[in-house]
Amino acid sequence: MTVAADSATGAASLVQSVDWLAIAPPVIAAAVALLVLVADLFVEERRKPLLGYGAVAGLVAALAMLVPLRAGDRSTFCLTGTAQACSYTADHFALVIQALVLGGALLTALLSIGDTRKLPAGEFWFLLLSSAAGAALLPAARDLATLVVALEVASLPAFALVGIKRGDRRSSEAALKFFLSSVVATAVMLLGVSFVYAATGTMHLTEIAARLDDVPGQLSTLAEAGVVLTLVGFAFKTAAAPFHFWVPDTYVGAPLPIAAYLSVVGKAVGFSGIILVTVIAFPSYADVWGPALAVLAALTMTVGNLAALRQSATRARSAVRLLAWSSVGQAGYLLVPIAAAAYSSDAQIGSTVAYALMYAVVNLGAFAVAALVARTHPGNRLGDYRGLYATRPLAALAMGFFLLCLAGLPPGIIGLFAKVTVFSSAVDAGLGWLAVVMAVNVVIALYYYLQWTAALFRTPEPSPASDEAPAAPVHRVPAPVTLAIALTAVAGITLSGAPQLILRFAAVSLF
Amino acid sequence: MFDINASVMQVLLAFLVVAPLLGAVAALLPAPPGLKGRNPDQAVLRHGVTVTGAVLLAALVLAAGFDHDHPSTMQATTDISWIPALDVRIHLGTDGISLPLLVLTALLTFLCALHSYFKPPAGPSPKALVALVLVLESGTLATFAVLDLLLFFLAFEMVLIPMYFLIARWGGDRKQPAAWKFILYTLLGSVIMLLGLLLIGLKSGTFDMVALATDNGRGLTTSVQVIAVLAVGIGLAVKTPMWPLHSWLPDAHTAAPTVGSVLLAGVLLKMGTYGFVRILLPSTPDGMQTFAPYLAAFAVVGIIYGSLACLALARPGAKGDLKRLIAYSSVGHMGFVLLGIATMTPTGVNGALFANIAHGLITGLLFFLVGAVKDRYGTADLDTLAGATGAALYGRAPRLGGLLAFAAVASLGLPGLAGFWGEMLTLFGAFDPAEGLSRPAFLTFMSIGALGTLLTAAYMLIVVRRVCMGEHREQPQPVADIQRHEFAAWTPLAALTVLAGLWPAVLLGLTDPAVQKLLAGGKS
Repeated sequence: MTVAADSATGAASLVQSVDWLAIAPPVIAAAVALLVLVADLFVEERRKPLLGYGAVAGLVAALAMLVPLRAGDRSTFCLTGTAQACSYTADHFALVIQALVLGGALLTALLSIGDTRKLPAGEFWFLLLSSAAGAALLPAARDLATLVVALEVASLPAFALVGIKRGDRRSSEAALKFFLSSVVATAVMLLGVSFVYAATGTMHLTEIAARLDDVPGQLSTLAEAGVVLTLVGFAFKTAAAPFHFWVPDTYVGAPLPIAAYLSVVGKAVGFSGIILVTVIAFPSYADVWGPALAVLAALTMTVGNLAALRQSATRARSAVRLLAWSSVGQAGYLLVPIAAAAYSSDAQIGSTVAYALMYAVVNLGAFAVAALVARTHPGNRLGDYRGLYATRPLAALAMGFFLLCLAGLPPGIIGLFAKVTVFSSAVDAGLGWLAVVMAVNVVIALYYYLQWTAALFRTPEPSPASDEAPAAPVHRVPAPVTLAIALTAVAGITLSGAPQLILRFAAVSLF
Repeated sequence: MFDINASVMQVLLAFLVVAPLLGAVAALLPAPPGLKGRNPDQAVLRHGVTVTGAVLLAALVLAAGFDHDHPSTMQATTDISWIPALDVRIHLGTDGISLPLLVLTALLTFLCALHSYFKPPAGPSPKALVALVLVLESGTLATFAVLDLLLFFLAFEMVLIPMYFLIARWGGDRKQPAAWKFILYTLLGSVIMLLGLLLIGLKSGTFDMVALATDNGRGLTTSVQVIAVLAVGIGLAVKTPMWPLHSWLPDAHTAAPTVGSVLLAGVLLKMGTYGFVRILLPSTPDGMQTFAPYLAAFAVVGIIYGSLACLALARPGAKGDLKRLIAYSSVGHMGFVLLGIATMTPTGVNGALFANIAHGLITGLLFFLVGAVKDRYGTADLDTLAGATGAALYGRAPRLGGLLAFAAVASLGLPGLAGFWGEMLTLFGAFDPAEGLSRPAFLTFMSIGALGTLLTAAYMLIVVRRVCMGEHREQPQPVADIQRHEFAAWTPLAALTVLAGLWPAVLLGLTDPAVQKLLAGGKS
């Protein structure tokens, strides 16, 4: 966490004061990660599950530390010189995203507790918590160095998590694919960052914004190239088309909870990065990144939804594959308000935040139900969901609700209004064509979401293997998975009744 | 008529929207002891009748308590902030335009629940059926009761999922493709509509329909209005349906169960035309003015197209399905409604609203009757039914045949029945369209529309000829005449058709002041 210090340019006093409370959420996650890793050495085999509960407790503690910060006025690691620039700012944007990523990590942990028996427990929890720590640091980072470091802290453990199923060929392949594409992204981004640094002579986002306005003529090309390369790097991380190829294979190869983690926390990390660099660091280049992001958004949602449409119900792991492609499509919707921010005001990115919160809750819920179904149907095909209502009515109702939220149709009222805010940001910014593209995409997406929902309530297929059928009812559901489904379902229903709880972020400036 | 306390009225209107939703949740739960009935299916169907009955009762009390001297003012209003971030308010209220539609919706849903109680549609458990019908009722009532653009959109979307499942689960042949076509078409339309609604709301600074009607488009530039009318109009036109966006309707009607067809034709289509009157006419008059001639042109093409399609289906040897035929006749009837709206005159809009209600009553009745015929014969195929000479319903089931003939002549617009006034008033409106609209064009539309009434008469009489008349031979199994429960479900519709035909002032007295106010820009 002290990396930020290296960016201090003032030579007068290098000693910066540290506001420990402000940095508590990522620090707690990181400390518990180390604690779990060390404890793993001393805990005997049959007590390993305790490590999981320790990790859950650590994440809850980190979430709780957000409460005293809710005023959103703290910042630390500030330059001691004359310039007012801090490397770490716990403003409302940072707090909301931290709540999202820590909550997402918490639900991932709940889903994983039952599954870690086959995995090396200590390493698994260490990797998950360190990734969460990096993800929590990122939205608060306000200089490029911290941003890159946080991004890597969030990503590097994720590669290992994807490949943690030892001896599973698909898992290692997924990890390798994820690793290679991500490393390329990082390299491109670092190049961009160095260009920007060369052109402006500073790492702090607010300082960059001020100095980009009067870059000397011979350096302006360098600055532009830097802006574009930095954005390309983040686009890789968010799996925006055309940098999305790693997503389906990685999600399918990874353990299911990790796929859930990547789809929510991984995305949140990429998006907060894009928001920070575009809106805070490069506002003067809005005419460059605005149209670029708009095109990227249109492309991403179309590619994701069309691919999701083509998933066949009988292919192995088609359920996760569909969720993976649908997450690419949803990433496209998330990009829309950021593109709109280029044309109107920064307040538009609140729509992205609100949409991301909705998406996090219902997507984690959908993955939780998928984890539940995967216990009895390891193949995890879409066809396995047929007639789920007959065997597990509550899980089926919850899944139907999550899918309709993702589709944005009542009874998923929160999904509908989250889409409305995204649409309204596009209309407000005058991006009519993007709104129309998104409208068509919403209809395409409805087709596969509703098909899945309808399958849940159909009469179950007579099982060809009769020995499989009686096994299903006696299968006990582990309490943490039930808890995860219940938490997300209750959150989704509460939000549907009171959408203002998250939509208020769409109406105010978060910085 | 009766003086009912304002807050009671407020509660009644909120009850109309909320009660079916609560009822839908209750339908999914197991029945409490004492209400278990003969078996779970019977208990849940009875629950459906009870809830829709209570809603109908509330709607009737609301209508009785409605201040009939001031139908142009919003009554029973509730206005609570819900989502300040999006400026969404739970703003409910009813005036002379929406009140008849509220009562019609409550009535038709109740009759559908009654019908399914005695004759549950073939398919999976009726538990889900009752819950879906109740959600559908809540969505439609909400569409007519809300006064906020985004809530209107929410209510508009709320009916999609229940209707999809009604068709896909309890439907007949080719139900899956029909259900998909229905939901994808309407969703695409309504998402485009959302863009238009957002444009109106964001540019004028309010999503409140009353405020927008009072502004009368003053806060919006003409270009914004034109784009908004185009976007919102496409969404509403898909729902109405306007030719050439109608192609989902015949399939959906043919595949849907009787209950689904009745609700689709009787209530859901009205949501589209209601949106035109409530949102587009008052909020974006300039945009409407631009598009009115096109709307009218599409409307008369729809009238002629619907009638010709029906004539083709009614022909011997065409293998025409009766339900599909009535669906196409709906396209023609809704064409009259759209023509009335496009004239932008009080006469035309009143005619449109009247034709709306009349179509709900008559087509609802027709779908019930055709459903009954299909139950008795096992098919609604006109050729199979009629055989060589005709199905001879007059001879074999005289009451059923008589009622079918009654509904058919009501549908073709016989004076003295409900179908007449709406079509006559819309044609009257087209004779003298609003200022700024091309009179020759509208005169042409009027004459084409009048030709459409002739064609309508032609195919309806052919249908009567082929279904009701014919050589009466002794069949191996006799055809049951109208049962007591069918009588109970259909009498109200037939009676109201006669009432509205003989005493149109009942409806026009309600709608006219409200329409005058809407067209005059919120000033009465």
